[in-house]
Amino acid sequence: MSADAVELVAEIEELVSGGTQALAGAADLDALAALDADLLGRRSRLGLLKASLRDLDDDGRRAVGAALHEARRSLEEASATRREDLRSAASAARLAAEALDLTEASGRARVGHAHPITRTWEELEDVFVGMGFTVASGPEVETDWFNFEALNLPPSHPARSMWDTLYLDAGQFEGVGGEQLLLRTHTSPVQVRTMLRAVEEGSGPPIYVVCPGRVYRRDTADATHLPVFHQIELLVVDRSVSMADLAGTIETFTKAYFGRELTSRLRPSYFPFTEPSAEVDISQPDGTWLEVGGCGMVHPNVLRACGLDPEEWSGFAFGFGIDRLTKIRHQVEDLREFVTNDVRFLEQF
Amino acid sequence: MRVTLNWLREFAPLRGDADEVGALLDDLGLAVEERWDVGGPLPGVVVAEVLEVRAHPDADRIRLVDVDAGDGRALQVACGASNMAAGDLVALATVGTTMPDGMEIAARRMRGEMSNGMLCSSRELRLGDDHGGILILPAGLETGAALTDALGLVPDTVFDLDVLPNRPDALSVAGVARDLAARQGVPFTVPEPAPEVAGPDALAAMSVEVLDPVLCGRFVARVLSGVQVGPSPWWLAQRLLAAGMRPINNVVDVSNYVMLELGQPNHTYDLDLLPGGRLRVRRAHPGERLVTLDGVERELRAEDGVIADADDRAVGLAGVMGGASTEISATTTEVLLELAWWDPMSVALTSAAHNLHSEASLRFKRGTDPDLPPVAAARVAEVLGSIAGTRLRPGAVDVEGDRPWPVTVGVRTARVNAVLGTELSRDDIASLLDPIGFRAVADGPDDLAVTIPTFRPDASGEIDVVEEVSRLHGLSRLRKSVPTSPHVGRLSAEQRSRRSVRRALLAAGLDEAMPMPFLAPGDLERCGLPPTGLVLANPLATEESVLRTSLLPGLLGAVRHNANHRRAGVGLYELGRVFEAGEGVVVDVAASAAAGRVLDGEREQLGVVLAGREAPAAVELLDQVVAIAGVGPVALRPEVLAGLHPGRGAVVELAGADAGQVGEVHPDVLAAWGIEERVAWLQLELSHLLALPPRVVRARTVSRFPSTDIDLAFVVGDLVPAAAVRATILSAAGDLLRRLDLFDVFRSDALGAGRRSLAFRLRFQAEDRTLTDAEVSELRASVIDEVTVTHGAELRA
Repeated sequence: MSADAVELVAEIEELVSGGTQALAGAADLDALAALDADLLGRRSRLGLLKASLRDLDDDGRRAVGAALHEARRSLEEASATRREDLRSAASAARLAAEALDLTEASGRARVGHAHPITRTWEELEDVFVGMGFTVASGPEVETDWFNFEALNLPPSHPARSMWDTLYLDAGQFEGVGGEQLLLRTHTSPVQVRTMLRAVEEGSGPPIYVVCPGRVYRRDTADATHLPVFHQIELLVVDRSVSMADLAGTIETFTKAYFGRELTSRLRPSYFPFTEPSAEVDISQPDGTWLEVGGCGMVHPNVLRACGLDPEEWSGFAFGFGIDRLTKIRHQVEDLREFVTNDVRFLEQF
Repeated sequence: MRVTLNWLREFAPLRGDADEVGALLDDLGLAVEERWDVGGPLPGVVVAEVLEVRAHPDADRIRLVDVDAGDGRALQVACGASNMAAGDLVALATVGTTMPDGMEIAARRMRGEMSNGMLCSSRELRLGDDHGGILILPAGLETGAALTDALGLVPDTVFDLDVLPNRPDALSVAGVARDLAARQGVPFTVPEPAPEVAGPDALAAMSVEVLDPVLCGRFVARVLSGVQVGPSPWWLAQRLLAAGMRPINNVVDVSNYVMLELGQPNHTYDLDLLPGGRLRVRRAHPGERLVTLDGVERELRAEDGVIADADDRAVGLAGVMGGASTEISATTTEVLLELAWWDPMSVALTSAAHNLHSEASLRFKRGTDPDLPPVAAARVAEVLGSIAGTRLRPGAVDVEGDRPWPVTVGVRTARVNAVLGTELSRDDIASLLDPIGFRAVADGPDDLAVTIPTFRPDASGEIDVVEEVSRLHGLSRLRKSVPTSPHVGRLSAEQRSRRSVRRALLAAGLDEAMPMPFLAPGDLERCGLPPTGLVLANPLATEESVLRTSLLPGLLGAVRHNANHRRAGVGLYELGRVFEAGEGVVVDVAASAAAGRVLDGEREQLGVVLAGREAPAAVELLDQVVAIAGVGPVALRPEVLAGLHPGRGAVVELAGADAGQVGEVHPDVLAAWGIEERVAWLQLELSHLLALPPRVVRARTVSRFPSTDIDLAFVVGDLVPAAAVRATILSAAGDLLRRLDLFDVFRSDALGAGRRSLAFRLRFQAEDRTLTDAEVSELRASVIDEVTVTHGAELRA
């Protein structure tokens, strides 16, 4: 090997050691790119040396060529190592800079709150739908016929005093023909409408519906009364359903809505539109009974008024107050909270 | 209706204690609302005589009373009542006594004066309800004696029953006992009264003429002689007190006692004050006047029933209240007893018209037993004879008008079992009915002919008898079975859609409000709306006399309420009905059932208020609601709307029909409601929205080819709606347009007054190829062309 070649190999080794040191000290990716160009580019010393290989003899060319190859490999490796170090340092710095206190974001979300009565209403609908019922509704302004007369409460029936009724001023209407317009006092007129429509359209009976809705009484708002409140009423009309079926349906509902460990009982009562009639009590965990609503077998006169033959069809109904259930469930002390619309009340639900 | 356990036992040998009887009453449908013990024991309460009553030197309302509690010495007691006088006997709770309510009596100073015990009212002793003053005891009791011994008080239990309108028979102790006896299977008997009959025939001294047989179904009159009006014995007073009535004198008290016991109201006249002892039963003359026993002079209506005297002057309001002119007094010696059956409807109407409700009217309007008057007359004579030595004169008037008679109905065993789900035999049914006076005899092998007693005017048909069977059999003994609905239980499309709307509103962070639907006169005007609200005929308060035609007033009230409680910026929604006359009223039954309403203008609406927000916030909410409900398309038509900001309001069109409005509440309206924030407003006709067919989605394959975006900014006049520009772009761009977003709106001096720039981003994409630059340029050019030509727009470079 010629002396030139030996010298060149030494120079190459020096370039490698100096270059490796410089690469390891590169401050950033830009400095690294400049160094890469200086050390490995076409115009770098290594590049020039490669061009001068042709001036050497075979031995020298082989030795210097091998040294050049090795030098390029180790400088490239040093550069890659440094690049990786610089990248991960930059990434670590960025991640550190981006750290957040996530608890600051907690509790900022604004979610809407359905009215507690709506929540009870929908939950009740869901329970009854699960029992095979559909949901019916009717108007809030009713005629005397739908609200009373069809329900076995002819005009001046003494039991009409059980409902304090709000009437619409008759002078505002034409063509009412002496029929009185009122704000319905219960959801029972929806029963009548459901039966009439089913008969008219030929879609039933059998009828299995629940009728939730808003009802009105001539009452002053206080902690335990509102002139406007909500009821839900269940109606079944089928061939030969009995009071045993009524008791069983109420029991199924009780367990589904109030809890499997609770039970229901019936006590004789009086409603003009059902006979026999009963009050419904639900057992409480403390052993007492909670009165929730009224029920009974649909009165034959009501079936007749709706165009159904009571010898062929029988039915039962069960109704109760949605507001009252809501009040009890959430221990609301004053019913007026339900109509004040104070968001401090609504946000709790 | 109050009954006591001892009193009930006079009619039937009932088993069990008060707990057991109470539970049985509940199960019979005579719900026990309250129950309490009376009649002692009252250890420490003694009879004392009032020696002197003095004013308290330092307290106007307190009296200082010296009493002798049996040892002859004066004991000073302070007392808040003033109805006692020297010589009266009173009940003294001595120091150390524990009262029935748990209060302990101690010697204490009241404003510097010693009080050594307490003088008791009847309520404090649990003898009655009277708390108006202290209880004055009958004369002749021994001072110092224990009160219970001196009065012969018997421990008893009072049940306060909720008697429903269909059970007039249970407005009597005997009627309640009949039910209990039937349920316990013990005999029930109303003892035959045996009054002492003496003196000349009463028919010589009285006569009765019934001119209106519909009003008066039966009129029995008797005469009692040898009357000495005085206080009642304590046993009788105790029962009246327990029943919630105040003892007055022996004649009045016995009259009330027999009414409570048998359920037959009866009236006593001072016979000497009735000219010729003649009574005439008729309807009132219009304008006729009568002073009733409560001292009120009343002008009668032609429909009112009256009892008039020989001079045709009204002396009583039939079935409601007697007149003052013939009232029993200390000088009364002969009494004419009236026991009648009055038409329930007449009594109900008279009682309501005069707002005069008595124990008598309560019973008559629900229906009394027309067979009872002779028995009750004898019972009054018997009790009054035993306590006051009066005698019943022989001879009775008994006039019958249109009285009810027992009816017999067929009752089928199969029907009873079908209604109740029971397996009772014909004879089981008969034996349940017999003890409550429903006489059932076999009518063929399976059926019964049941005669309904006249004391049950509520019952007239087979189903009424079925109810009695269920009551006596016991509802708690019924099977519990579940019928199977042949239907699939599910919410209708409309009901699911309503829930979607609500979900959208909740997701947007709104709370649900439920204001009352009543308005005060002027509320609609204050909302800038026409005063077309329907008016109630009988509101309880003027502020609640108008039905809402819009949800706006209620929601504005809620915004104000919350702002006043330091909660500005609320977002509230309501789903509720509004009421207008609309096209008219459907009263025909079939038509109304088909239409599903009576008032044409009763509609369900959605109302939203966004306090502290501007109109665009309501538009965004509208888009959310419509998208989540899956209906559309939605369009806005700017318009000046009542109650809304004239430059910030639009009609909402849904699927081509007007379906509501969106915008911002007019500043004047806000000022009228005292609201200081802006309020964005959205109103939708829910009935319309929910009735729209839900969008059926036909899935479209997502293109695998690249898309190209171009941005176009147009300068247009302020009066050109962005929606119109958008519509033009959509039609010009054709079906390769995938997305169209309005991403920037701005105004500047450079653009000129009344003009603005609308910048849209259009994304094009084909399903089957990559679009070429040439294709996109062509589309771009045609969009620019269309928009500039149609809207007089300029493309911004």
